[in-house]
Formats: sequence, C-alpha cells, structure tokens
Amino acid sequence: MAGDVILEISDLSKSFGPVRALRGVNFELHRGEIHALAGENGAGKSTLMNIIDGILQPDRGEIRLDGELVRIASPAAAQKMGIGFVHQEIALCPDVSVAENIFMATTNASRSFLMDYKGLERRAREVFAQLSDIDPAVLVRDLSISNQQLVEIAKALTLECRVLILDEPTAALTEAEAQVLFRIMRRLADQGISIIYISHRMVEIFDNCDRVSVFRDGRHVSTRTVADITPGDVVAAMVGREISDLYPEKLRESERSRREVLRVENLSEVKRFRDVSFTLEEGEILGIAGLIGAGRSEIVKGICRLEGEVTGEVWLQGEKLSLRDYQDSIEAGMVYLSEDRKGDGVFLDMSITANVSALKPEQVANALGLIQTRREEEQAGTLGRKLNLKCGRLQDPVSSLSGGNQQKVALAKMLSVNPRLIFLDEPTRGVDVGAKVEIHRILRDLARDGVGIVVISSELPELIGICDRVMVIHEGRIRGEVSGAEMTEENIMHLASGTTRATGAAPQAAK
Amino acid sequence: MDHTVNMPTTAKADPSVSLVKRLLKMRETGLILIILALFIGMSFASPYFLTWVNIRAMTMAFAVEGIVVVGMTVLLISGGIDLSVGSVTALSMVIAGWLFLSGIDPWLASGLSILACTAIGAFMGFFTTRIGLHHFIVSLAVMVIARGACLLGTGGRPLGLYTLPPEFKFIGQGSIGPIPIVIVMFFVVVIAFDFMLRRTTMFRKVFYTGSNEKAAAYSGIRTKKVVFLTTTLCSALCGVAGIIYMARFGSAQPTFGLGMELNVIAAAVIGGASLKGGSGSIFGAILGAVLLSVVSSSLALLDVSVYWQDIIRGSILLTAVTVDHYLNKSRG
Repeated sequence: MAGDVILEISDLSKSFGPVRALRGVNFELHRGEIHALAGENGAGKSTLMNIIDGILQPDRGEIRLDGELVRIASPAAAQKMGIGFVHQEIALCPDVSVAENIFMATTNASRSFLMDYKGLERRAREVFAQLSDIDPAVLVRDLSISNQQLVEIAKALTLECRVLILDEPTAALTEAEAQVLFRIMRRLADQGISIIYISHRMVEIFDNCDRVSVFRDGRHVSTRTVADITPGDVVAAMVGREISDLYPEKLRESERSRREVLRVENLSEVKRFRDVSFTLEEGEILGIAGLIGAGRSEIVKGICRLEGEVTGEVWLQGEKLSLRDYQDSIEAGMVYLSEDRKGDGVFLDMSITANVSALKPEQVANALGLIQTRREEEQAGTLGRKLNLKCGRLQDPVSSLSGGNQQKVALAKMLSVNPRLIFLDEPTRGVDVGAKVEIHRILRDLARDGVGIVVISSELPELIGICDRVMVIHEGRIRGEVSGAEMTEENIMHLASGTTRATGAAPQAAK
Repeated sequence: MDHTVNMPTTAKADPSVSLVKRLLKMRETGLILIILALFIGMSFASPYFLTWVNIRAMTMAFAVEGIVVVGMTVLLISGGIDLSVGSVTALSMVIAGWLFLSGIDPWLASGLSILACTAIGAFMGFFTTRIGLHHFIVSLAVMVIARGACLLGTGGRPLGLYTLPPEFKFIGQGSIGPIPIVIVMFFVVVIAFDFMLRRTTMFRKVFYTGSNEKAAAYSGIRTKKVVFLTTTLCSALCGVAGIIYMARFGSAQPTFGLGMELNVIAAAVIGGASLKGGSGSIFGAILGAVLLSVVSSSLALLDVSVYWQDIIRGSILLTAVTVDHYLNKSRG
C-alpha cells in the first residue's frame, strides 16, 4: 500500500485575518486506506478538508492528486476530480425525494430540459442496493436523522469519487447503524476508494481505520498506523500534554455534601421524552450523554420551561417549582446555556455589555427602569475578569470576539443573575483548547461554590473528564447512569445506543 | 493575558478621540451633514428657502407624520413592519369625526378613536404573535380593510367638521408664540421616545427581541409580548396622528395617508433602522424624515415636476440602504 499515494498535501497554510488556521501542513493519503483525522475543535481539520473540497483556497502550499499538481477552485471542481465530502451537518432538501437529493449535482449538470424521475429513482435504487433499504421515492423530511446521514453518503458515492471525506458521520447514528456504515466504508476502501474519516471517538478510529493523523493548533503533529499506537497517545498528541491536567480535579468523596440542588420527578413530554427522574447534589457536576436526537436538550429545556408541554415535578433546593415560562425559571435561579451559540446563545451584533445584562436588565437599571451605563459596564467588567474574557472594549459587538470568548460572554450572561443551577448544552463546542480548559475549570469552581451544574455534551472525553456522574439518554428515556470507574466511553456508548441492558443505578429501567 | 477585559483606564485613555470617532461612525452625523449641505446649497439656489415661513412649512410637513415614524421605528427594531399606518391614521380621523358628528364631545370622540386604533394594533399583534402570520401580510390586509372602513363610513366624501370647538382646533392649528403646537407635540413625542429607547430596560428588550428573537427567548424575554406591544404602539400613535390631522384640517378625510407607509418606512430605514430588526434610532429616523421633507421642499422650490419627486425619493432610499449595506460589510 505504501508509496501508492493518491492525495499529497505539502506545506499548506491558510489564515483568516490574524488567525492562522493552518501552518505548513503536510499530509498523505494512500489509495484504498481509511485514514482518521483527529484533533480538537479549531485544530485545523475542517479548514484542511474545506481546502481539499475547494470551499476554501490555501494561502500557500501544494495539492497533488495522483501525482499531478492541482488547484481545486470550487466544490464542483472537487467533484469532477473525484473528491466527495459528506458534511457533518445534513444539507439535504427536505421537501423533495431521496432520489432527487442524491442526484442533485447530476441534475444540475444535466443538459436535458425535462426531469427524468423514473431514471433517477432506478439509479437511486442501484446505489442503495449496497447501502440500506431506504426507499428512494420518499421525501427526505420523512426519514430519520440516521437515514438522512446515509442519503448524504449515498449522494457522495454517486459521484464516483476516488477520495471520500466523512466528517463525524456517526454523531447521529446508533451503534448498529454505525456498524453498517463501517462495513460499507471497508468495502469502499477495498474497491480502492480512499476515505478520510473525521471523528472524536477513539474506539471508532482504532476499530475501523488504518492510519490516524493528529492535528493541533493548525499544525500536523503526527501520522501513525493505528496498530503502532494507543488511544492515549492520540489524545496526548491532540492536546499536546498529558490528559490528567486537561480536566480539573473531580469532587472528592469527603467533599460530598449530600444536599440536594435539583430533584426532577416523572418529567414527560408528549413526543420527546418520558418518565425522567433524577437528582443533582450540591458540589457535583452531572453529565447528560446520548445520541443527537435522543432528547438530551429537550429534557433540559423542558425543565426550565423553554419549550414543550411538560408534565412532572421539579424541585430546586427543596422547593417545588411551578413555572409558567423561562422567565420564571430565571427568577427561580435556573438558567440554560444554549448549544447553538451563534444561533441563539448571544446577540452577535449587540455589545458585550448588553449581552451580559440581557437576562435581567433591571439589575443594571435604577428605580425608574433607566439603564445605568456605568453599572452595566461594571457588571460586564467584573464577570469578564472572573472568566478571563479577552476583548477590546466592552462596547464592541460580540461578533468581534473569537468563539471561545463569545462563549465566555454567553456564560457571563448566565452568571449575571447569580443562578442556583446552570444547564450547559455543549458548553465547549467550537471553542479552542485553551478556552475549553478554562471553561472546565470555571464549571468546577462554580460547583464548589454550590452552584448546580448539569452538562450536556456529545464529546464523551469531555463528559468523562469533568463530570462526577453521567446520565445516559436513549430515545427519550434515562437508559442508565455511570460514575467512577464505570464511566468509560464504551459503557456510555452502549447505553446511548441501547445495545446493552442498563448498568449501574438506573432509576427508570424497571418501569 | 495582555488583552484581558478593558479596564476603565484604557477606555478613558483619550475620551475626546473616541468621542469624535464614535460621532463620525454614527449614521446620524452623516445625515446631519447631508441635510446641512442641502440647506446651504438651497439657500443660494432659492432666496425663499431659508425663510421662517418655508422652514415652518417643512417642519409642519413631517411633524405629524413624524409621530407615526416613531411608532414604525420601534416596530422595525422589534423585527416587525406595518403597512397599514396610512389607512389607520385616516380611520382615526374618520372614527373621531363620525363620533363628533353624532353629538359626542370632540375630546371624548378622539379618545375613543385612539382606543379603536390601539385595538386594531392589538388585532394585528394577535395575528402576528399568537397565530404566527407575517407582519407584512397581516398589515397589508388591515391596510385594505381600514381603508375600506374609511370609505364605507363616509361614503367616500370628507366629513366637514365646521363646528369643532376652537380649543380643539388649537391642537392642530394654534401656536405658542411663534411655534406651532403641532411641532411642540412632535418634539415632546420624539424626545420622550428617543430617551426611552436609549435608556429604559423596557425598550432594551425591544432591541434584544429584534436582534435575535430566539436568543431573546433564551434570555427569558417574553418576545411575543414585546412584538405584540410594539405592533399595538405603532397603531396607537397612528391614532394620535389622525386626531392631530383632524384638528389641523377641520375635517376627516377618508383618502388621507395614501402611500404614507412608504414615506414612514423610508424615513426609518434612511435613519438606520434595519428591516431585519435589532437596529435603529428615533433620532436617526426623524433625520431621515427631515431629509425627505427638505428634498421635497427643495424640488418644489426649484420648480421640478411633482412627478419627478417620487423617483428622486425612491432613489434616495435605495442609495441610503446601499451605502449602509457596504458600511456594515466593511465593519463586519
């Protein structure tokens, strides 16, 4: 296999303004191999993939495809060269059929005046014959998330690609579906297609890939055959230090207070989740794991009445809550940090100060309801220092900050009301490693100070690293709970995909 | 950690420079400069331009409409829009005029009419926030309905209100010293709303909602209530404007205010309001209205055909929005 290089990248660099996303990266992809790409968010993986797919142009460096120097001007050009990219976000048209979605590029390139629906469907069936039993005639919006993911992969396959890039394809899949995908990947590789596989899950990388390349801070750190290294080596290479100092110290048994911060009893929502009951003790950090779409965010949003018609009881520090809406939840001291920072976590075009004061602008106003600029700046300044926020002026819009600092503004907004309990949904998504470590430390400090902390995350190492206990959701129910030594990626994944009987304390499993 | 949070000291380092810079960046400064340039140019072009009579006429021309501009700006900031302002203003005149002719005290009739307009706003707010229809469509329908109601109630003819008591007409026609009451009221409304919009928590929530409705909801703001209230406020201010017009004209005109929505929206947008919500200021919007009014007046004085006026006004709007688009881009 060695020497048969299909894609060779040398000395590739790319900057966005002052941010150097890639610094002289070298990378080689062999024919017919499955090559894993590992690295923290912001390490440069996405930038590199976007360059290979023609979405971005490099500032410097060379790309050789089959030994030939190429310039990939656009995604369409990449397709012509046989490069297929399955993005992490599903980008399908929900209102048209699976067949039409798969052949969107072909249809676009077609010269004929009329649509040949029959032909599309027939060819779609041929593609799916080797993939799964999805009916090409149904509309995409009627498919489950995992089937939509398979449609995306089918779409890439129809382009007769030589290089297939898969960006975290299993994030929304169950264990069984993921296994099907891995078999398909291996078959494609055997046919000579080279696959670049991006994932955070070490188990997947070590079970299914041939080689792994690690990126950190825009640099290529190493490329090794998986047989030669351990998952620990990869993680250490990713973060550039030993894992032990990446996460803050956990709650010691002697520190346990056994005072209850939150008690949730039989929380249900018509469509999304059922019979959810759990408690949170003062000082501990509780994690919530589960596949995308399992209902993790929905449960938390239900508790603070952000969405859904919810039944069940919620007790905060021994006091039963009856909330009408989220404003009541904030009044009670229970806040939610959104997973979609840019979409609904911050007001991008408003100032840092206005963002921080948004939960309760009355706090920085006088008795007449007039906002006192000085008090607003004091509030943002105090919280900003506490969270080590890096910014120019406090009146600058939040859009001028980096992802990590935007997230700190969102966090400062939560802290501005001195909450008793914070739900954090993907608190470090799109945040660089440095800020990530800081945010983890802040969460631990808050927990020590008696603030209840509940973290939802799709990154299992993060959950295992910062939580004292992890609750796993599967199809809208609590499937089980792990803590201490049982808290491993493998155990959590099994619970999340529903492949084993629940282990450990499983309050609802008997029902 | 050299770039940690700016301490008050760095912000205060050179306040004069930052103030000048901030002023130059502000939309209002640009508008004032353009208006001043027009004034200077026109004072050479026409000796009549800089006379008290002409300035008073120009001010009167936008003063009442300016009250509607205030309502529209607040609504635009919250992310809404209202096409029915012209019809609702006319309806306010017609309802009050009709009630007065039926023998009701003019002040009471005006109060009831403003209430009716407020109810129309609440009606639109119900459709946009509770049912979830778009502002554009709801207010388009109400624009047509309200106009129809005006025509139905009057048979299409203006209602002559010759018996209006003088103290009522005073609000539309009187003046304190040399300054017309209309202009005084206009300034009171503008200054009050400009201040509230800049400083109060209540109106801050309007900005949050328009800037990013979902993020506002995730900050515990009852966004539907905010939009409901801004929609209602806009119609209520149309009601107030209608009453002032009625007092000024001494009649209720069912066809009054045709095309007013375009003028009002144009003024707000020229003044910095975005149709996407989240930005805008009362001061800027009023400057936008002033600019449009000064241009109209100038064209009239220069004997430009009235038919050209709309073309020029439309072009100004397009230019302002285009310039803004590029300014925002270079900043972002």
